[in-house]
Amino acid sequence: MSSENTSAVMTKKTSLFSKQNRKLLSDPLDDSNPITVQVLGICSALAITVQVQQAVIMSLAVLFVMIGGNVIISLLRNMIPDRIRIIVQLVIVASLVIIVDQVLKAFQPDISEKLSVFVGLIITNCIIMGRLEAFALANKPGPSFFDAIGNAMGYAWILLAVSVVREVFGSGAISLPGMGQVKFLPTNWFISEGGLYENNNLMILPPMALITVGLIIWVQRSRNQTLIEEN
Amino acid sequence: MAINKNSTAYTFAFSIVMVIVVGTSLAYTSLSLKGRQDANAADKKMMDILGAIGELADRGNASGLFAEYVVERISIDGSGRQIASANSVVDPKDKEDPFSIEVKKDYRAKIKSAVKKADGDAQAFEQAIASSTLEFPLYRCLKNDTTIYVVPVVGSGLWGPIWGYIALEEDMTVYGASFDHKTETPGLGAEIREDFFTDKFKGKKLNTAGPLLFSILKGGALTDEYSVDGITGGTITSKGVDEMMNRTLAVYLRYFESQTRSQK
Repeated sequence: MSSENTSAVMTKKTSLFSKQNRKLLSDPLDDSNPITVQVLGICSALAITVQVQQAVIMSLAVLFVMIGGNVIISLLRNMIPDRIRIIVQLVIVASLVIIVDQVLKAFQPDISEKLSVFVGLIITNCIIMGRLEAFALANKPGPSFFDAIGNAMGYAWILLAVSVVREVFGSGAISLPGMGQVKFLPTNWFISEGGLYENNNLMILPPMALITVGLIIWVQRSRNQTLIEEN
Repeated sequence: MAINKNSTAYTFAFSIVMVIVVGTSLAYTSLSLKGRQDANAADKKMMDILGAIGELADRGNASGLFAEYVVERISIDGSGRQIASANSVVDPKDKEDPFSIEVKKDYRAKIKSAVKKADGDAQAFEQAIASSTLEFPLYRCLKNDTTIYVVPVVGSGLWGPIWGYIALEEDMTVYGASFDHKTETPGLGAEIREDFFTDKFKGKKLNTAGPLLFSILKGGALTDEYSVDGITGGTITSKGVDEMMNRTLAVYLRYFESQTRSQK
């Protein structure tokens, strides 16, 4: 999916906000979205979209690891032996994740507790390895940097969209980092308090993440017919 | 430069350099942040203990409030005998301090396997614990002139470890409880940390005569003064709370009983 813009970026020296760089940023948001089009990173989209707060912090952590990984691999791209390139990528991603985890534990202990294992799971996020392999290994650090931001943002907005849907319908609330969970529905709406509304517990369970992502994919493909594969 | 990037020698050299660079930087990060992390962990522990006696602390005032309410830190062995006691200012680096006993680590390394080995045989388990070198921490607090003991409990939920603190008055009335978990399902098992669940424990009693000290019952069952209603959809987590409370409190009960006997 990225092979066409890869070659375009390689050819000429590009300015900071050239067309190519802007394309690197905007493409992953829609046409080559890592989750809805490439269907990567589904596992974490499933696990941490119960609350908006977790999704936001997870997105920030992925953004950091993504930028770090892409830029480092891109700088080393002419030195990495082909035969062990996957191992090298894995080691670099894993180290960056450990650093994120350690820094969070030292400076943001509360947030670190909330995310618990999910920070560690960034290592297994296929989007990061995918971008390293498909883009950073063949491109200069500049474009790799933009590619990282683009893809991390493409990941982030899907995560946010799914988590808003799941938290609103599953918990009747929205949680933002630093603000805690805000329950915006009046309590007397709930059946337990004599009302007619009940939170949908299915939304909290993992399958609803997949179904919500599926709905987003459906909407996206009906808008953009070029994404539909021919059989 | 005529370095063959695909030669075995280059690959080896590259890996060695990479491992050294990465290893050094990670070791440096870990070491330079360790102090802060340990302090955070100690603060968190104090907050949890204070939470069990109903004092809400934050990271800023945790150590101050801890010094105010917790009058003694005791460690006991598996058969309920007191080993050590401390009431000085907490030093997380001091390994002799009962505060430094890592109950989670002990559970993971020793108690979990002992539970499995005993396979439901309470006596065999009791013996295994009594003959082990395990130490159990206990916090004696004084709040409004009432003595409250805070007992840390650790167990297994559905996906991972769960833990908590049970605050007991001298007549074995539950003063308060706080629970936490690592990876229980949000909205289901994860609810054990919420107030609506922990509030149910307040005022309940430990059944020192019965087969079970305390029970977490399923599905709106009628609860008596020795039990609370579990969490719907969080059956295995609720069972975990039940198991860790009964298993751990049994050890402390032997200590409490020896205390009351010596007072009479």
